[in-house]
Amino acid sequence: MRSFTYERASSPAEAAAAAARTSGAKFIAGGTNLLDLMKLEIETPTHLIDVNGLALDRIEATPDGGLRVGALARNTDLAADGRVRRDYALLARALLAGASGQLRNKATTAGNLLQRTRCPYFYDTNQPCNKREPGSGCSAIGGFTRQLAVIGTSGACIATHPSDMAVAMRALDATVETVSPEGATRAIPIAEFHRLPGDTPHVETTLAPGELITAVTLPRPVGGTHVYRKVRDRASYAFALVSVAAIVQRDGSGRVALGGVAHKPWRVEAAEADMPRGAKAVTAGLLAGAQPTHENAFKLPLVERTLAAVLTEARS
Amino acid sequence: MKFDTPATTNPIDQLKVVGKPVDRIDGPLKTTGTAPYAYERHDVVPNQAYGHVIGSAIAKGRIASIDLTDARRVPGVLAIVTADNAGKLGKGDYNTATLLGGPEVEHYHQAIALVVAESFEQARAAAGLVRVDYVRAEGVFDLAAIKDGMEPSEAAGADSEVGDFAGAFASAPVQLDATYTTPDQTHAMMEPPASIAAWRGDRLIVWTSNQMIDWTVGDLAKTLGIPKDRVTLASPFIGGGFGGKLFLRADTVLAALGARAAGRPVKVALTRPMVANNTTHRPATIQRIRIGATPDGRITAIGHESWSGNLEGGKPENAIQQTRLLYAGANRLTGKRLGVLDLPEGNAMRAPGETPGLMALEIAMDEMAHKLGIDPVEFRILNDTQVDPEKANRPFSQRQLVECLRLGADKFGWNKRDRRTGQTRDGRWLVGQGVAAAFRNNQVTESAARVRLDNQGIVTVETDMTDIGTGSYTIIAQTAAEMIGVTLDKVVVRLGDSNFPVSAGSGGQWGANCSTAGVYAACVKLREAVARNAGLNPVEAAFSDGRVSAAGRSVTLAEAADGAGIVAEDVIEFGDLAKKYQQSTFGAHYVEVGVDVATAEIRVRRMLAVCAAGRILNPKSARSQVIGAMTMGVGAALMEDLVVDKRHGFFINHDLASYEVPVHADIPSQEVIFLDETDPISSPMKAKGVGELGLCGVGAAVANAIHNATGVRVRDYPVTLDKLLAGMPEV
Repeated sequence: MRSFTYERASSPAEAAAAAARTSGAKFIAGGTNLLDLMKLEIETPTHLIDVNGLALDRIEATPDGGLRVGALARNTDLAADGRVRRDYALLARALLAGASGQLRNKATTAGNLLQRTRCPYFYDTNQPCNKREPGSGCSAIGGFTRQLAVIGTSGACIATHPSDMAVAMRALDATVETVSPEGATRAIPIAEFHRLPGDTPHVETTLAPGELITAVTLPRPVGGTHVYRKVRDRASYAFALVSVAAIVQRDGSGRVALGGVAHKPWRVEAAEADMPRGAKAVTAGLLAGAQPTHENAFKLPLVERTLAAVLTEARS
Repeated sequence: MKFDTPATTNPIDQLKVVGKPVDRIDGPLKTTGTAPYAYERHDVVPNQAYGHVIGSAIAKGRIASIDLTDARRVPGVLAIVTADNAGKLGKGDYNTATLLGGPEVEHYHQAIALVVAESFEQARAAAGLVRVDYVRAEGVFDLAAIKDGMEPSEAAGADSEVGDFAGAFASAPVQLDATYTTPDQTHAMMEPPASIAAWRGDRLIVWTSNQMIDWTVGDLAKTLGIPKDRVTLASPFIGGGFGGKLFLRADTVLAALGARAAGRPVKVALTRPMVANNTTHRPATIQRIRIGATPDGRITAIGHESWSGNLEGGKPENAIQQTRLLYAGANRLTGKRLGVLDLPEGNAMRAPGETPGLMALEIAMDEMAHKLGIDPVEFRILNDTQVDPEKANRPFSQRQLVECLRLGADKFGWNKRDRRTGQTRDGRWLVGQGVAAAFRNNQVTESAARVRLDNQGIVTVETDMTDIGTGSYTIIAQTAAEMIGVTLDKVVVRLGDSNFPVSAGSGGQWGANCSTAGVYAACVKLREAVARNAGLNPVEAAFSDGRVSAAGRSVTLAEAADGAGIVAEDVIEFGDLAKKYQQSTFGAHYVEVGVDVATAEIRVRRMLAVCAAGRILNPKSARSQVIGAMTMGVGAALMEDLVVDKRHGFFINHDLASYEVPVHADIPSQEVIFLDETDPISSPMKAKGVGELGLCGVGAAVANAIHNATGVRVRDYPVTLDKLLAGMPEV
């Protein structure tokens, strides 16, 4: 870990301004991911701006019947919120499928969206990694890829986004609210928040430099049956091989998002028209153009089979 | 004490304390966080500095240059040790690669430098600023690619052939010829290797975490080029070892070198990402098994060949060991081949040999039973042998494999199992059951102890035996209490210190039997001395209730000890009983799994182990050993896989997020039954090892249960869902 300076921010706008004026600055909230990465010198911020003191941990109803989740709402609190459990069960289930109780107590909503990949080559600083050192190359391609992405990949990166929560939020059409260093606010649809790797896999979101997440807003509840199914080798405390977040309505229509397959939570709205026709048809649309490796090609049939089980569960 | 004739009745047979499921005597230290583990021994020596190890970034080649300029400028940095400035170093007997590499690099994450600083953070930060230029060399990293080129060698050991294997196999009416693979595995012990070293003049004191004190003192002295008697080593508590701490490793050598360079005590722990590649691991194997049998299920030919790799000068994984002894069959062939791989060093991990060997053999037995249409339990019973199948005049000292299988089948409800595959459904789960035999040899090796009775009636035992979480403290206390006739609270046990008599140490599941036998020997001597001191006839003296009594006279032990106390020391030495008799431990594992019909996720539902392992000294700690081993077996079966990057030659998933071991949610129900057994051939304790037996065969029992559940036979461990998907039913 490199030496760094530290400050506590006094307001969201001031935090964003401080981040913009200090090169090498990073926000820190729960620290469940950043601190580990700093110890390994995968992240080497020169300055940390602690946002924990900002009053951004409230979960409150919005005027149009939705829910506004503060950026600092802890994963445990969000999963336990009665409104979330009732109206956005998908989100509660996804949260509880992730990490451990101790980590969820610390991890924040915004931090969860921003967690870095678990690609093993990203974690070994002796290996080239375009995400860690832009332009150095991708050592995962041609290496151990069982966990890695099957769709939306590039010649520069085949990493996945590790979050469960973000997959549910993608299915729920959440919006990410931010404040800029200039104090301007904006709302980013979650579909546009995470980026595909392309030639710049180190740029993982559409946040501008210094821009701070203040909340995630969920639109009015859409009803339906909510199922989050995370598939993994061990029963708990593991990242998804694949995960399926589905909202299924009585008429068979619905939404599906996937985790563990891409550099971002994966959803193809056009494929959802096939929901009444079943898992095979939906998966064909969802994973059209997938380019798996020999080691992770199993994720394609696994998605289809998992979705089939999810649809059966939702309809029973 | 020489042990060369079978044990007769002795004071241990009273079983007033031995054999009771007493709590660990060191339990409160652990539950209150006061057990002194190596890295946390802040109190033993003042002014400790921190060392951070730098591992090689390449697998093979040489260091062209190391630039320490920037690292030296970091505030707090006291010294940086490299091969350039460490002075001439020797190599120990037990490590293959050197523990401080440079300029030659022999494997990935081989230690090449130690940065010593005032704080851990300073040392780590400075380590990040050390710039190393490497010249890479071509390496060999792919076991499968070199398998066919491996020739018989002295290092691999001679083949063993009995009868005419080739002929008998070729003419067998029913044949199985299958190849199995097991991956590299890491010990993944909770406590990473850690040491504190301090020099006092030319004497070196080390506080560390190590299973074999005497081996490690010897190898440390040899590596540093100093006499063995100038090295003192203490390792009273060990946070898991599993064979990964049998030997001197880099943390200890570098702490000693760092302390010398910095002129003050230095502590070093390996970081978690270093453990997999810097230390030893269980080597991967490729195993071919051939079994020929008559239609009624008699094995006529059994062959087992195993291929593994290691660094030049390393040893093979002895995966064929159990096949020489487990089943009958007149025609037999076993052999090992060893290739050179430029991967980190392969060495012992819990039940080396039998663990990967039984993972293969016990699937093969299941496959053969399936071919024959015979129940797999009955097939094993049919081929039981009570003598060494290679030497018919050499009986097993005890062999209750059949009893373990039968009792296990009964308790598990085996007769309710549907022998057809893919038939049992419970909601979303396909349910299956599997069985495997457990087998692990019982090795005996000399072990010494010193016992002292003081004028308060307290018995203190000292031996360099280690407790790696196994319960050594407790069973040694039980042994002394039984022998001297006191309650456990009157016994003090001090372990893991090179100032104490040399014990068997913790390895190869020999520790419990041998170390308590050493304590027994010392206690026999102490009893004689105490009786004589009290003016009693040693032959008639009885020890009970804190008193020694003979011929109607009785004195308290406190009185008998006088003011000064009485000390006795002895060593148990084993004669040739192990040559006349084959000593092994046996068991049966029964496992039920569920396989998700859609995702092919595999979850263990329940497990049962029945063990026959001589006298069980403490059923509670023995049970803990067995359930821990069963858990490890589930890991081996379902998830543990140290993945080789075959391009760059290293284990890529080198942390506990990517090298998965079972969590609590993976292990719902475990039951352990010990057969009531004593083995007078093994030692005066009549005990044998059990800590490794619990792992042997578990993996295959899980794999066989998966086959029963799904009909899919996977021969390449770990059995993960991607290997099942193609064979799963449509959803």
